[in-house]
Amino acid sequence: MELFLQQNINAISLGAIYALFALGYAMVFSILGVLNLAHSAIFMWGAFVGLLALDPEKAPLLINFILVGTPLTVIGMVVEYKFIQPGMNYTRSLHLAIQRLIALIIRVIWITILALIGQQIFIQLMPYFPETLTILPVVALIFASVAGGILSIALEFLAFRPLRERKADRLAQLISSIGAALILVNIAQFAFQAVYGRTEAFYPRDVTIFGIGTDPITLGALTITPIRLMILAIAIILMIVLQFMVQRTQVGQQMRAVAFNEKIASLLGIDVSRIYILTFFLAGAFAGIAGILYGMTFLVTTPFIGENIALIGLTAIVLGGLGSIQGALVGGFLVALIQTYSVAFGGSSYRDAIVFVLLFIMLLIRPQGLFGQPEQKRA
Amino acid sequence: MGALYEAFLDLTATVGITEPVLHGMLIAAILAISIYLTLYTGMFTLANAGFMAIGAYVSVLLTQQLGWGLFPAILAAMIVAGLIAIPIGLPVLRLSDIYLAIATIGFAEIVRILLLNFDNIIKSIIEGILASDNEALINRVMTFDANSELLEIRQLTNSVRVRFELIEGARGIKNIPVLTESWMLALFIIILILFLIRLHRSRFGRAMAAIRQDETVASNMGINVVYVKNVVFVMSAMIAAAAGGFEGHLNRIIEPGAFGFDRNVDILAYAVLGGTQSIIGPIVGGLVLEALPEVLREVKQYRGLFTGIVLLGAIVYLPNGLVDPAGVKGLFGTLFSRGKSKREGEVDAA
Repeated sequence: MELFLQQNINAISLGAIYALFALGYAMVFSILGVLNLAHSAIFMWGAFVGLLALDPEKAPLLINFILVGTPLTVIGMVVEYKFIQPGMNYTRSLHLAIQRLIALIIRVIWITILALIGQQIFIQLMPYFPETLTILPVVALIFASVAGGILSIALEFLAFRPLRERKADRLAQLISSIGAALILVNIAQFAFQAVYGRTEAFYPRDVTIFGIGTDPITLGALTITPIRLMILAIAIILMIVLQFMVQRTQVGQQMRAVAFNEKIASLLGIDVSRIYILTFFLAGAFAGIAGILYGMTFLVTTPFIGENIALIGLTAIVLGGLGSIQGALVGGFLVALIQTYSVAFGGSSYRDAIVFVLLFIMLLIRPQGLFGQPEQKRA
Repeated sequence: MGALYEAFLDLTATVGITEPVLHGMLIAAILAISIYLTLYTGMFTLANAGFMAIGAYVSVLLTQQLGWGLFPAILAAMIVAGLIAIPIGLPVLRLSDIYLAIATIGFAEIVRILLLNFDNIIKSIIEGILASDNEALINRVMTFDANSELLEIRQLTNSVRVRFELIEGARGIKNIPVLTESWMLALFIIILILFLIRLHRSRFGRAMAAIRQDETVASNMGINVVYVKNVVFVMSAMIAAAAGGFEGHLNRIIEPGAFGFDRNVDILAYAVLGGTQSIIGPIVGGLVLEALPEVLREVKQYRGLFTGIVLLGAIVYLPNGLVDPAGVKGLFGTLFSRGKSKREGEVDAA
């Protein structure tokens, strides 16, 4: 009985993280109808940024990076939207492929210049920072979520928008998101190498959120790490906030309208592109927070933690029905429960196999999810 | 012929393409053909790495444990992969685009995890059989076991201990005989190309194209969509298995890690870069994508980043791939006549 309760507590805490992660998948899918396979890479970056913020020795690096990166990004965006994109018209007489190529070359050149300038400023500024810097875990959470959100918006601009404007099919967007995921994971590998000298890093053990720390409490035979409860609480609060936002506010109403029909929403005066950006930001922010919470739970992060959770998240949203936000929540908790029980009764090596078998069977017998209605096929 | 091949290798080695790289390129071309078949039929499946793993393991076990030759082993591997593809394909191919992609990713992962745990599963099955405490059975198995290197069964005081090492989990199979040679790969690719050219001109090939363009219309025209899709899936699985079999006999070692999701992404990148408008596209894509990191030495350590950029860049900037017959025609057409380009540009902008 104690073991049973203990397992349930672990599963619920893990399930909250899965659910947060799966929410982002579901949001993007419900509003754009595409699967963002780079979502897991954003999760991983959330874990990495959160780690940098929580590690007192590495926090100065992060703050410096933010100080240097923010103005440069703003400059970059101004240049892009004021000068480069309007200027692209001068190639109108040429073939479209050549136009695109010229635009690409110009972009690569000025982004490289900006990056080099940024690198120099970064190196020059570094000595002015203190050796160690302690950042409140709550601030670290915000850093991780904002980093995730910004990366997610970048994905929207680089990987999804060009294809949507070309009216490419959903699979093209799936492929581009796989490419983006690969890029993000590999950059993370270099970042890990640069900061930690290897592709594995450990979270500090003594993190406290609002005074609640990692010292285990024993209740009878149960051992509870208080921070896990805190993680659960944060995840649930975020879910409630999201639910409130989608159901009760005007922005949420607009999001639902766009999800229902993009064209009609646009005719009704909703700025569809703004809604897309907002959706990606929210999805990324949730993934980022899920990442740092995952890191706090397992105390270790690598550039590859996304691979596993990508498929777990997929299973969660398939269980709940693709594109259903409530479904993603239920799916996340369900997957965590199944995983925990399979470890408790079977063995850890089959943990993932059981999840995939579940995914597979679910797709075959109820592709619309546990609670979904069958999709109307429009020929 | 051998001298000619040596001379060719000397020539390519100057740009960094040594024999192992050439092998990798040719295998990439086979894999690209394998995914091209399904993409050409409008099915986005990502199971190729899974079937490749099946092919590699089956053929390696046949040559290493049973002493078969390479060709019968690969043929057997292809048949096994095809047989596995039938029960997978029948239910899965009813799904459409994104659902199909997710399901096949799941399948490939299941194959990888099964390979990782294959020995343990067999071990526990044997243990389960022996646990019935049947004295006669244990004695019979132990006499059978006496001349086997893979299986070791020891009777302890009140239980049976089983050791089973066939696939060796994550460590992979080692000391595989190196049997694959360049000409085999080249010959196999040529056979595949001839087969595909013939296929495209056949009734079946036209049915494949019709299904890609519109499944509903195709089925209204009397095409058996389920049949065509499944046959294509099986063919694709068999080709991937052959690629796996060839690759298994190249490097003396195979491990499940080589057939994970990353491999699937690589295979997809071959087809996306090359384009799936014609059979030449994916082959060129495979050859180029494998060769480029070696030719551009600096890129080599950024291999994954490079693949990602190629995938993203190709899908955004080269939607039809490197080899695009219509695009080449359009490009030359607009270079020589200005008026046409404007029209085309306007259409695209709209």
